[in-house]
Amino acid sequence: MSNRAIPATYATRLGDNALVLGQRMIELVAASPELEEELANANFSLDYIGQARMFYTYAAECEGGGRTEDDFAFLRPEHEYRNLLLVEQPNGHFGDSTVRALLFESWYVLLLESLTQCADEGIAAIAARAIKEVRYHLRHSSQWLVRLGDGTEESHARVQASLDKLWCFTGEMFVADELDDAMLNEFNGPDLAAIELQWQKNVAAFVAEAKLEQPDDQWMASGGKQGKHTEHFGFLLAEMQHLQRVYPGAEW
Amino acid sequence: MYTQGLDQSGKGDPGARGEETAAQLDVFQARIDAEEKIEAKDWMPEAYRRTLIRQISQHAHSEIIGMQPEGNWLTRAPTLKRKAILLAKVQDEAGHGLYLYSAAETLGVSRDEMVGDLLSGKAKYSSIFNYPTLTWADIGAIGWLVDGAAIMNQIPLCRCSYGPYSRAMVRVCKEESFHQRQGYELMLTLCRGTAEQKAMAQDALNRFWWPALMMFGPNDASSSHSAQSMAWKIKRFSNDELRQKFIDVTVPQAEFLGLTVPDDKLTFNKESGHYEHSDIDWQEFFDVIAGNGPCNKQRMAKRRKAQDDGAWVREAARAHAEKKAARSAAA
Repeated sequence: MSNRAIPATYATRLGDNALVLGQRMIELVAASPELEEELANANFSLDYIGQARMFYTYAAECEGGGRTEDDFAFLRPEHEYRNLLLVEQPNGHFGDSTVRALLFESWYVLLLESLTQCADEGIAAIAARAIKEVRYHLRHSSQWLVRLGDGTEESHARVQASLDKLWCFTGEMFVADELDDAMLNEFNGPDLAAIELQWQKNVAAFVAEAKLEQPDDQWMASGGKQGKHTEHFGFLLAEMQHLQRVYPGAEW
Repeated sequence: MYTQGLDQSGKGDPGARGEETAAQLDVFQARIDAEEKIEAKDWMPEAYRRTLIRQISQHAHSEIIGMQPEGNWLTRAPTLKRKAILLAKVQDEAGHGLYLYSAAETLGVSRDEMVGDLLSGKAKYSSIFNYPTLTWADIGAIGWLVDGAAIMNQIPLCRCSYGPYSRAMVRVCKEESFHQRQGYELMLTLCRGTAEQKAMAQDALNRFWWPALMMFGPNDASSSHSAQSMAWKIKRFSNDELRQKFIDVTVPQAEFLGLTVPDDKLTFNKESGHYEHSDIDWQEFFDVIAGNGPCNKQRMAKRRKAQDDGAWVREAARAHAEKKAARSAAA
């Protein structure tokens, strides 16, 4: 990989995580349990869409081939998306979307923290902006985890089931591939093993405060980072890319 | 404090309404006539309070239900920029809803009661949101026409006699006019695009033109609330005056887009300086208001589902808050 290709591919992957999670959250508009949550959900998904735009635009700049943010979002097929399987999981109920956010954001905030120190100035600058937003998102998702876990019997049971269901998608976050290694070695990028230790500590604290049980060690799903997705993902893309695919080349 | 007392009048409080004397009403009207703002703690006639609760809560409900037709295209917005713009708009609408419920709460009614009235079908919301958004161009048409009509209605409300409502409107109007410009720009992009895109824009105008005109409410002759609201300066212009103003402003905008307003009889009267138009199909308007529009059932079902699905979450939040309070009391 050429020197500029590493940050380009890495920024695309970061953009994919942000866009796919943002798109999932958009599906929740007008379906929140409280008006205040409606605002929070729209606000946070707007943050994620904004991050995706910054990462894609930067990836295009690194590539130098004239692609735009929309080419990345709307004209790539499923297997070219490199987001984590966790973020593409369907919304389910409020406990499911809360746990998905918490597990991802606990990781993402550590990753961004590390990226603010990386040697690629473009990625470091976007990470510095994004981390302010994601810290706030994590505060929100972790507070809800505690409310649900330490709420009623029903909410406790529901959110425990969410945690059990989504846990198998967390392993992938820490499995370094060739790109992660290149980012670490050549750009002082994130050390996923170190992040894993910190993540486990932080998540265990949230789970304990919520009076929930941390799921046992188990088989972990993976493939998102290599473009092998779950069945849900094709539908998300089909819906999102609909207009660009039906009217190729049109300006919107 | 008096307004809180009045709030209980339906539940058998000691005849607050009967205490409204001619002298009080005269003093109140004199304040209105002197363009003084009425504030939450001021004395006000019960009918004034009820009119405002009805109007402000309807407005809030409209913002909340209005998120649905636009939300319908959020996942399919054709570019990331358009997606972000639409998402920010929908977020603004949730914010307006919150803001307006708070303004209504100053009149002694709770948000829960107002939302309960919406869900039970007792309270109304703007008829326009019972029309479907069938293509992406509808998002442009809603911004241009629906927000345009809303601004026409709401600008005079910035001078409404009730302080909390008028101040809420100042902020809401600023955001609405932004939305209106974004909607028009979306339409302009489509009209300058491919033939298919322009046809999409024309189709959206065809479907939204008449429902947008209906947003101003019935003709003056058949508007039941108008005269008193004008005297109280809740309303400043009649339904027909505002509708005419909207048509006069909007027709040239449609011409600039190269679109045709779907009204064969639309003509500009040079003498009056106004456009003349065909009669509005009021039967359609009253049908939609009565619950028989294309999406009434769907909109309400979605709202009720969100409320029902969220019940265990709200219950958990309450239970957690109680546990937390009990723990800190024990500590």
